[in-house]
Amino acid sequence: MARNKEGLVLLLDVGPTMYSVLPEIKKVCSMLIQKKLIYGKFDEVGVVVFGTQETDNELTKEVGGYEHVVVLRNIKVVDGDLVDAFQELPRGNFDGDYLDAIVVGMDMLIKKYQATNKGKKRLCLITNALCPIKDSCEGTKEDQVNTIAAQMSAHGMKMESVIVRGRLCGGGDQRIMAENDRLLNLFSEKTSARAVYVESPTALLGAVKTRNISPVTIFRGDLELGSKMKIKVWVYKKTSEEKFPTLKKYSDKAPPTDRFATHEVKVDYEYKSVEDPNKVVPPEQRIKGYRYGPQVVPISSAEWDAVKFKPEKSVKLLGFTDASNIMRHYYMKDVNVFIPEPGNARAALAVSALARAMKEMNKVAILRCVWRQGQGSVVVGVLTPNISEKDSTPDSFYFNVLPFAEDVREFQFPSFSSFPASWQPNEQQQEAADNLVKMLDLAPSAKQEALLPDFTPNPVLERFYRHLELKSKHPDAAVPPLDETLKTITEADPDLLSEKKNVMDAFYKSFELKENPRLKKSSKRLLEKKPSGSDEDYQDTTNALVVKPVKVEKIGDSSPVQDFEAMMSCRDSPDWVSKAIQDMKNKIYSLVENSYDGDNHGKAMECLLALRKGCILEQEPKQFNDFLHHLFNVRQEKKFRNFCESLIPKGLTLISKSEAIDSEVTDDEARNFLVKKELKFE
Amino acid sequence: MELDPDDIFKDDEDDPDSEFYQQRESSKEFVVYLVDASPKMFSSTCPSEDGKEETHFHIAISCIAQSLKTQIINRSYDEVAICFFNTREKKNLQDLNGAFVFNVAEREYLDRPTARLIKDFDCIEESFTKDIGSQYGIVSGSRENSLYNALWIAQALLRKGSAKTADKRILLFTNEDDPFGSIKGVAKADMTRTTLQRAKDAQDLGISIELLPLSQPDEEFNVSLFYSDLIGLEGDELAQFMPSAGQKLQDMKDQLRKRMFTKRIVRRITLSIANGLSIELNTYALIRPTLPGAITWLDSVSNRPLKTERSFICADTGALMQEPAKRYQPYKNDNIMLSVEELSEIKRVSTGHLHLLGFKPLSCLKDYHNLRPSTFIFPSDKEVIGSTCIFIALLRSMVNLKRFAVAFYGSSSRPQLVALVAQDEIISAGGQVEPPGMHMIYLPYSDDVRHVEEIHSDTNAGAPRATDEQIKKAAALIKRIDLKDFSVFQFANPGLQRHYAVLQALALDEDDMPEINDETLPDEEGMARPGVVKAVEEFKLSVYGENYDEESDMGSGKASDASKKRKTAAENAAKESANYNWPDLADNGQLKDLTVTELRYYLTAHNLPVTGKKEVLISRILTHLGK
Repeated sequence: MARNKEGLVLLLDVGPTMYSVLPEIKKVCSMLIQKKLIYGKFDEVGVVVFGTQETDNELTKEVGGYEHVVVLRNIKVVDGDLVDAFQELPRGNFDGDYLDAIVVGMDMLIKKYQATNKGKKRLCLITNALCPIKDSCEGTKEDQVNTIAAQMSAHGMKMESVIVRGRLCGGGDQRIMAENDRLLNLFSEKTSARAVYVESPTALLGAVKTRNISPVTIFRGDLELGSKMKIKVWVYKKTSEEKFPTLKKYSDKAPPTDRFATHEVKVDYEYKSVEDPNKVVPPEQRIKGYRYGPQVVPISSAEWDAVKFKPEKSVKLLGFTDASNIMRHYYMKDVNVFIPEPGNARAALAVSALARAMKEMNKVAILRCVWRQGQGSVVVGVLTPNISEKDSTPDSFYFNVLPFAEDVREFQFPSFSSFPASWQPNEQQQEAADNLVKMLDLAPSAKQEALLPDFTPNPVLERFYRHLELKSKHPDAAVPPLDETLKTITEADPDLLSEKKNVMDAFYKSFELKENPRLKKSSKRLLEKKPSGSDEDYQDTTNALVVKPVKVEKIGDSSPVQDFEAMMSCRDSPDWVSKAIQDMKNKIYSLVENSYDGDNHGKAMECLLALRKGCILEQEPKQFNDFLHHLFNVRQEKKFRNFCESLIPKGLTLISKSEAIDSEVTDDEARNFLVKKELKFE
Repeated sequence: MELDPDDIFKDDEDDPDSEFYQQRESSKEFVVYLVDASPKMFSSTCPSEDGKEETHFHIAISCIAQSLKTQIINRSYDEVAICFFNTREKKNLQDLNGAFVFNVAEREYLDRPTARLIKDFDCIEESFTKDIGSQYGIVSGSRENSLYNALWIAQALLRKGSAKTADKRILLFTNEDDPFGSIKGVAKADMTRTTLQRAKDAQDLGISIELLPLSQPDEEFNVSLFYSDLIGLEGDELAQFMPSAGQKLQDMKDQLRKRMFTKRIVRRITLSIANGLSIELNTYALIRPTLPGAITWLDSVSNRPLKTERSFICADTGALMQEPAKRYQPYKNDNIMLSVEELSEIKRVSTGHLHLLGFKPLSCLKDYHNLRPSTFIFPSDKEVIGSTCIFIALLRSMVNLKRFAVAFYGSSSRPQLVALVAQDEIISAGGQVEPPGMHMIYLPYSDDVRHVEEIHSDTNAGAPRATDEQIKKAAALIKRIDLKDFSVFQFANPGLQRHYAVLQALALDEDDMPEINDETLPDEEGMARPGVVKAVEEFKLSVYGENYDEESDMGSGKASDASKKRKTAAENAAKESANYNWPDLADNGQLKDLTVTELRYYLTAHNLPVTGKKEVLISRILTHLGK
């Protein structure tokens, strides 16, 4: 663990022009530390603020200068105090000089680590770069930057600069801003530094990498273009989902006095024979069984290894094809990146030539990949060019996995043209939609693209870490609401909506939505206004239905009437009623059909009476009436005729309006129903 | 994709996606294939690509065989029955003439498909004439009605299970558009009426009847003669029913294959366009990785299935406990306790629906903005009338303006940003290629994206860039190796095919392991064509220069150092390993007297894994020595 520890110095601009974004800076820095407290407990962090009135750093004591730069905290292992420290971030009233801060930060890192910890030393600068840096007595500002950058490279330091711009910092002197931008970009060119610009608080929260992973290759070897030519490449993951932390199970069994209790829970698995639950089978006596239809085929691992698919490790080109042949929605997984082998100039040239040619011709390459020897599967995927915008970064490829024939379900959907005219938008509606799509724009040319995935933080994780921090102080703290800044991720930006109010209004006016009146009340859930979260509740109940051992799930043979009544009285889901009715109908149907010389008729009659009663109670007269009609209609088969005839003396007829208000049958019709049927029988 | 069935046993909490990838099996499907086996099915043919003629009967059979194979992999709980009609022999529960239910041992008529069924069905054509025989079942002068009988049999088979929990379907393959054409007068009207009534009865019981007509190039299947009434087509639907006549064989197969699927809705959600305007959508999983089925642990002595029992044990006291309701996270030298409710509250940042946030040009959707397979969305007017209209309008605008929508999808497992990419319908001769609708693409968050391109940036020299000449050579190469008709899912997954081929062989106690054809291998022959070879050579010369030796041009830096180190270590181990008399040590039980380092010499020298405790290493050596 410790050998991977990172040394990080945060350089925060707290000058007057930064006041508006300080709350966001606090949040993102706290989050960074919180994640380190969990995933990088040995990482060491220092904090430097600049633009303050005071001056407190070692360099000023040693050589003088470096005013208005305060070392808030020397480089130390992360702890809880650091999180609190951000809550009282000082507000400065001087224009900060970021270059001074960078030098102070570098000095701290060098003094702390000297030559060790190469590649694990990082500076993170957050500023708006609105204020000019001081002129130097030795050479131009560019020369200064060059010297500093050279030092950074020599010590294996990395730098990330987050530059806050746009509506977040108000106006500034264009000339100074341009100069600063040039200087900061010079860092990116000369050393391993990244500079990103953010224009919204949300993007600021997303711009600082709070997750620290050392990337690992998933493949190193040849990209084979046929047998004659090979290009040396390394393959990394480009995207990979940051998972919600896996929490441990807590045991409260240990006595509260035991201060050394771990409270851990061990999970033990035992394998028992299905027939004899008392017989425990030792793990080594198990054998894997693979399902094939209803059969389970036992195969030992050794046997399986002998016969399983064993492709050779390789990455082979299958060919090139038009980019338009590969629809975007066929991308299956997280994305990989192919970079030419580091230090191999020829591989970089070959990748560069191919990538640029593919880009020009709008082509993509199809590959077959087996990343590791012994891997039991192959992937087929698409390689798309990624032309580097930075001089020092080689061109590369992105790789996306494509589906196999087995992975695609070719469902057929109706053409929109086959829908009735009332479902087709008219010209005016189409125009309103066009306007909405055009105007509700998240990437206007004048501004930075909003909600760019690369700058959008994960709101759930942000909330989790904040809650964790709260609970560490107040164990009873409730879950905090979603951060206001992050609301723009989960809901449409209210500013944007009000700005485009007329477009939105025009859209609303053009279309009309209404509930489907033919639906039963119970299922009308989509339009109903419920407090947020209620939809989840709905799902929870349906899920619960599946797992909960409900006493009566279907109508059995022994006591159909009781089963039916039990199902009808299940109140946890409206589905039960319709299921009960349907099952009862099937039951009656099969009772009659399977009866021999009318022996089941009595039972069927009971069931029919119960069904009638149930349908009246649940206001489902139509269900019963339709069924009764149906019974009389199928009486061409002898068994049903007999059964139907036996209904007449019992006076069992349709449900009328007076019994259930929804019924379309009047009392007279109900009475006449049997009379008419009787006539027919004769 | 790693095919590891062990993954199935992972704890659910470890894998919040499991629900996402597993198809919801809310309902089973019961299907009866009714296949017309009249002589006309054998005499009508359809030219295939390579000039050979295939009979309609063969086409129907091969489609069903294909579908059975897919089914046993994907949906093995569904049940099927196969019934031929217009047959000479009869075999069915009702003992009706002219209908033959095909089955194999240890299986009911309507049951889950088995390895045996698939195997026997594959060679049914060879034995068909002998065992079943083809014969017209509807002839004038007789009251026999084989179509009526077939429907009756199917309906009786499908009586199993309730219509609520099972999806019941009859798929009817025939090339006779007028089954009662040979009958005249009252008899014809009578037969038509009773057959239609039979079909209607089945439909009333919740059984859907689908027709899969086979037509000839010169003679279109006229669905309006009889079958439109049977399957209940009206007006517009009728016109659409037959997309094109005189198709190619492959197109016909494609169409049949697609019709055999039923759509399964994953979830019903709403898209809220702000201020309470919400439209109704259904989501479908059109693309999901198919993995080898779950494993079941068996007792190796009896081959009987085992039940896995999980028990929770308190690490401090050793007491057996119930599944704990509290979780904790070590944080700042303390354990922070969180209840399951709290955790789900944290994840609930939005309702479980889609919230429209705005639109962006398609160029903003980068190739690396992807995490998982996409989900398809299609509008529905079932509950909210007007949804489809709004959806179509938005879709058309998005297609025309080349923009996609950004929305937030508040699912309970992982709430995240999604891109909604509009897709117009694409139709080819083989039917619908791309359905109209939107694809929901799951976008990464900032911490999900890694900037790996930059870690190897060479700040001193700048990265090499290809010259125009080199790009031109690359372009020439790309033109040479062009896959013109590439379609995304043309390859079968060789790993999966192999898996199931082996299972089938073992299930049937066959000794020969089948060879499967790996379609994903490159076309060596095509690559060896002189034109291609020349283009490759020219490109190689242009970027690598002359006298280029790939092996010697290893990248500088750590990588090669590490591999060199590994190599020397291996050589050293081989040398050291030779100093010991391994079989002797093993026989005398002296292996345990050696150190782990010494044991590892043997393992490294023989390319075996060197991980594990000492006992594991020893047992590995013993296994390798064959002791």
